[in-house]
Amino acid sequence: MAPTTPQEPGLSAVPSYEEQQSQSRFDALIGDDSRIEPRDWMPEPYRKTLTRQISQHAHSEIIGMQPEANWITRAPSLKRKSILMAKVQDEAGHGLYLYSAAETLGTERDELNDQLLTGRAKYSSIFNYTARNWADMGAIGWLVDGAAIANQVPLCRASYGPYGRAMVRVCKEESFHQRQGFEILLSLSRGTEKQKQMAQDAINRFYEPSLMMFGPPDDQSPNSAQSMAWKIKRFSNDELRQRFVGMIAEQVKVLGLTLPDENLHFDEEKKQWIHKDLNWDEFMNVIKGNGPANAQRLERRREAHREGAWVREAATAYAAKQEQSEVA
Amino acid sequence: MNHEELDASLDSFGDALASATRVTPGNALRPEDIAVAGAKPSDEVAQYALHLGDDALILAQRLSHWISRAPEIEEDIALGNIALDVLGHARSFLTYAGLAWDKSEDDLAYWREEEDFTSLQIVEQPNGHFGVTIMRQLIISIYQHLLYSKLLESKDETIAAICAKAVKEVDYHRDHAAAWTIRLGQGTEESAEKMRHALEVLWPYTGEMFQDEELHRSLGEVAVLPSTLREAWEKEITDVLAEAGLQIPKTGMAMAHGRVGEHSEHLGFILAEMQVLARKHPGASW
Repeated sequence: MAPTTPQEPGLSAVPSYEEQQSQSRFDALIGDDSRIEPRDWMPEPYRKTLTRQISQHAHSEIIGMQPEANWITRAPSLKRKSILMAKVQDEAGHGLYLYSAAETLGTERDELNDQLLTGRAKYSSIFNYTARNWADMGAIGWLVDGAAIANQVPLCRASYGPYGRAMVRVCKEESFHQRQGFEILLSLSRGTEKQKQMAQDAINRFYEPSLMMFGPPDDQSPNSAQSMAWKIKRFSNDELRQRFVGMIAEQVKVLGLTLPDENLHFDEEKKQWIHKDLNWDEFMNVIKGNGPANAQRLERRREAHREGAWVREAATAYAAKQEQSEVA
Repeated sequence: MNHEELDASLDSFGDALASATRVTPGNALRPEDIAVAGAKPSDEVAQYALHLGDDALILAQRLSHWISRAPEIEEDIALGNIALDVLGHARSFLTYAGLAWDKSEDDLAYWREEEDFTSLQIVEQPNGHFGVTIMRQLIISIYQHLLYSKLLESKDETIAAICAKAVKEVDYHRDHAAAWTIRLGQGTEESAEKMRHALEVLWPYTGEMFQDEELHRSLGEVAVLPSTLREAWEKEITDVLAEAGLQIPKTGMAMAHGRVGEHSEHLGFILAEMQVLARKHPGASW
């Protein structure tokens, strides 16, 4: 079969015999749907792509804690408070597994964190929207976590072993998150008129951004083909978006609420869901850093990092002292 | 979409009940079970459960602020876990107390006024820097561990059952706080200084923890007389502080009477934040 990796220009365009052997082994593993493990040889662009994708995913979990943490202290019942705390804590846990998976590719967590804090790394743009009312906890769980799951379930089969395995656990927990979100909205939709309005308002604001979480349409997504060839990605952006929109179109009926997309329908001929045109200009603008909360989210992370510096230094100093006294 | 179809639709991606964290660990006694069991406490027992519940609730509220702000992700998780445990204790105690007055845990948490709360002032103290939060946790976890251990023998079966679960969890909170106290006390000059500062601002509020009230006496073997915990508490915390290279500060004790509704200036803000949404929607369920 043809090599799965494009050749770099220059001298490296002429690979050594060992490199050729390694590349064929790698191609065979990918071809067999086997897993690439940390100690296996892998082409540099594969390593780079994965490091970027996994660390972005980790950053998204960590930044994604903020809009929900914002409501923990104000949750309207103790049960909701407890569930929300568990959920946000799960997200910290996901961040940790994913940083660990990224570290197996050779980049340390400190470096990845630095990329986030200095703005060199991205995270999912959805978290740059604000969580303005309690129903947003419902909409984020149902729509944002729902879209994340649709994206992530196929990643459980990603060709890189540590990533795929981390995703298995993450997906199980995300499913609990989506349910708790749906349940929040269900309670609100059966509540007072004001609660119902709150729920509808949250859905109206999160619908479009959640559909955009799958990324640009296939004909405008330049990196997708390579990721599919490497079997990191299994379905295209549009395929996943279709699957997701079909699900929520049914689920919203149970809530007795509506999606802000009057003409949303399934086209029997084309066999696909027709949804409204998404505002990709806004999407790009949020990615560039101009969303409602980009500055706030990053500053909060920097602040936590800055204010925790003395704690990390003390822990390192203490560990060093302990090691010394063990040697002595 | 009927109920089963909805279930399948929401479940299509995995295990709906999985969570990295334990909302209700093992076969522990949950607030829901207490409400169903319906063993109605006397007014005095309920008042005592309220003390324990209010301490735990306000502490959980304080701790939960750290989630997404801790010095390391591991500590976001650890402090979050502790907050979640403590909130669980609060829910159980408040649910039980509420049975005496036909009130739910939420009625008690969201619809009482500041002066109706019975929390100790130590749990109301601001989080401050990480060292202050750790020191507050050390002070209260050692206390709660001793208290709940003794309450395993309480003549009130529900209180004993709640403590049976809680004591295992506060044991872990105590270890976590002690490990950090030692690490920070012996870490750098800066961290040692911060821990000395934490001790100075918090120590005045430790006196209140050991004040006996009329209620404790009249409850006899249902409750524990706070003053009887003092010696063991002092020994335990002194040992941890000694290992951390820290000493008990020479400060006096504040006149604090949280148990009778006289609170620090902080409680009003804590409650304003905690209760705001619930109070905007009287009668709503969530």
